[in-house]
Amino acid sequence: MFADFDQIMERLATKQLWDFAGGVHPDGHKGLSNQHQIADAGLPDYLYIPIKQHIGVDAELIVNVGDRVKSGQPLTESHNPFAVPVHASSSGEVIAIDEHIAAHPSGIKEATITIKVDGLDTQYNFDPVNNYNTRDKAEIVEAICKAGISGMGGAGFPTHLKSNNVKPIEFLIINGVECEPYITADDRLMREHAWQIRQGIDVLNYLLKPRQVLIAIEDNKPEAFETMSIACQQQDNYQVISIPTKYPAGGEKQLIQMLTSREVPSDGLPVDVGCLMYNVGTCYAVADAIIEGKPLTKRVVTLTGKALEKPQNFWVKIGTPVEHLLQLSGYNPDKQEYPRIIMGGPMMGFTLSSVKVPVIKTTNCLLAPEKNELAIVEDERACIRCSACADACPISLLPQQLYWYSTSKDYEVAQQYNLFDCIECGACAFVCPSEIPLVHYYRIAKAEIRQQKVEKEKSEKAKQRFEARKARLLKEKKEREEKHRLAAEARKRAMQSDDSGAKDKIAAALARAKAKKAGQATTEAPKESSGAPQAQSQQDKVAAAIARAKAKKAAQQSDNAASEKEQNTETQKTEDNPSQDDKKAKVAAAIARAKAKKAAQQSEDANEPKQENDQQASEESKPASEISEQDKKAKIAAAIARAKAKKAANKKANDE
Amino acid sequence: MTFTLIAILSFAALALIFGALLGFASIKFKVESDPLVDQIDNILPQTQCGQCGYPGCRPYAEAIANGDEINKCPPGGEATIKELADLMGVEAKPLDAAHGTEDVKKVAYIREAECIGCTKCIQACPVDAIIGAAKQMHTVIIDECTGCDLCVEPCPVDCIDMVPLAESSQNWKWDFNTVTVGDIPIRQL
Repeated sequence: MFADFDQIMERLATKQLWDFAGGVHPDGHKGLSNQHQIADAGLPDYLYIPIKQHIGVDAELIVNVGDRVKSGQPLTESHNPFAVPVHASSSGEVIAIDEHIAAHPSGIKEATITIKVDGLDTQYNFDPVNNYNTRDKAEIVEAICKAGISGMGGAGFPTHLKSNNVKPIEFLIINGVECEPYITADDRLMREHAWQIRQGIDVLNYLLKPRQVLIAIEDNKPEAFETMSIACQQQDNYQVISIPTKYPAGGEKQLIQMLTSREVPSDGLPVDVGCLMYNVGTCYAVADAIIEGKPLTKRVVTLTGKALEKPQNFWVKIGTPVEHLLQLSGYNPDKQEYPRIIMGGPMMGFTLSSVKVPVIKTTNCLLAPEKNELAIVEDERACIRCSACADACPISLLPQQLYWYSTSKDYEVAQQYNLFDCIECGACAFVCPSEIPLVHYYRIAKAEIRQQKVEKEKSEKAKQRFEARKARLLKEKKEREEKHRLAAEARKRAMQSDDSGAKDKIAAALARAKAKKAGQATTEAPKESSGAPQAQSQQDKVAAAIARAKAKKAAQQSDNAASEKEQNTETQKTEDNPSQDDKKAKVAAAIARAKAKKAAQQSEDANEPKQENDQQASEESKPASEISEQDKKAKIAAAIARAKAKKAANKKANDE
Repeated sequence: MTFTLIAILSFAALALIFGALLGFASIKFKVESDPLVDQIDNILPQTQCGQCGYPGCRPYAEAIANGDEINKCPPGGEATIKELADLMGVEAKPLDAAHGTEDVKKVAYIREAECIGCTKCIQACPVDAIIGAAKQMHTVIIDECTGCDLCVEPCPVDCIDMVPLAESSQNWKWDFNTVTVGDIPIRQL
């Protein structure tokens, strides 16, 4: 179906290329920043290093607040293949590990390590992989992972995952296209460090064993093309290719299509069509990691836009706040309509919410446009169905349909129109005569759909848990019933086996109970009268017990207006209680007090004698409560009081 | 006469054969389809909150299958109503305000210093998302909590709050109305 290797090589030899659909030709504005050498941005006072700067999961922290770190020292450690470690980009003291505004359009705060820079820039001990071409591949992949390298073109996919490839690779493509307007970071890097990029490519070449290495550079960067051609001329299977300037030729799938005519399947990866792609910046970092053992702690960032006095490229330590760079390049906010800094290019970038945002591994450009340099979309009009967007779309989607279904929240259909194949390049919004920020709507729809998927998974899990719980409760109930049934059967059997014996037992038990009752009746009177002379503690206990009993009774009365007949049995209960220990009695008293309170509240409109009863109960419980001043008891009382208050409030609400 | 008889008999015979054939096919090639209740249950958000007036999502699914209104599920909101309307072939209606309103996603949070360890919330939780034991502090497993609210009422000391889920860059929805930043510059003059 697609062109095979030989056909492609033949075609490339004639310097003819294929093309991808659509695309736009925005003004490059590259001359603003590509005329000067890459300068060193120096050291800021503080470095803000986000723990996660790539696609995947967080790595584990291995430093603490107060630790002194050296330049290049790892701050996190990766145990998960999807985690990439981050490193201190200069020496200093870790002063905080908390939330800081992230380099993300939302301006949400994310976990960040803050380092107070000491200005010495002492280096950590690096451990290069010597003679890498004799080493095991796994060793090299591990070294790349440890150096914290993730794709520097923009997406930030972990480089070691990409490099740990087992499928056969025909083309290793090095992306030096840099198609987005204004950005010249890769351009300057290729011009000045072509040799080191070549070394990085050599490492990848050894690792992946492709049949051919293609280095693609847009034809608006002739100097970079030349230097890269010179750097790569000794290698037989390296070919530097100049491609026509067209946005978004630097997109992974678009570049593959342009060079090889192969299309990466919708849900596939470049590997599926025998290609792998790396950014030139990533190659530079790989060379650093393998040959010098240096982790990724700095990158080239383009500072451009007419609101800057000296637009140019800088070597920037990862974690440097944008603020520091703006000062260096003479940012003049007066030249703008309102202060606005764009991270990334004008097509795919986003406006920063704060100048405290740090530069991260994927930051390639900071753009400060002058008044009227970039339009501010505020005049969105209705879609006129001109289909200019469909002509511009590099993936041949139907942007106006996607727009329609995204805004009407018909996400099911939007997905049928392959919303998730959209690379958010912005070509459709660029050509739209109605100035509709189309990508904006796709992003909202994509986020919404992702969220719905997460919720669907969660609801599935909730359902399972709910059903498991139901099954468990049912099982417990059955077990309980079974136990009762067995017990009943055992009783029955016992009754049947010795009928007379059981009857005797019952008769004996009845007799015992009668005897006890009689005994209690006689001792009741003397005990009540001799309550006063008893010891203090004994009195407390009795008082507490009585209070508890009364409260209980009162509560019962208010619930179902029970008769006063129970008074006798209540007082009987007090006889059992003195045997309990002091502490218990106190707690009981506290509870009783609370209960009494509640009973009082509940029976506000009840009859007189009952109210007296309540009063009595609460009065009697007072001495006990005075003793229970200890912490624990106080807490319990407070908790119970809260509970009562809530109940009373509920009751009131219900009554009303 | 005989012709008529032959015709009647032959058609009767054919009818019998085809009837038998169809009957056999309907058993042999029976298509196992999801019963309607299961399909509805899959659409519902499974919070088991009972705001619809039924004790859980499944009972509500059964009620819908038996002709109840589809707009009684506040946690599911508009999206769920839309899906249910598609499935049931009825008109989508706005959410019935009598059962509550659509709200941001929340999870239960126990103020642990005030928890007295009564286990009442554990018993109330429909998805076993609360851990703890008698007289021990309880806590909510945020990832399992469906935000159903059912644990708030039984708590005797009112130490459970429903807090909105924190927004992160992962679940941020590009809402430019609430966040003034994040426009896409794109156009050049």
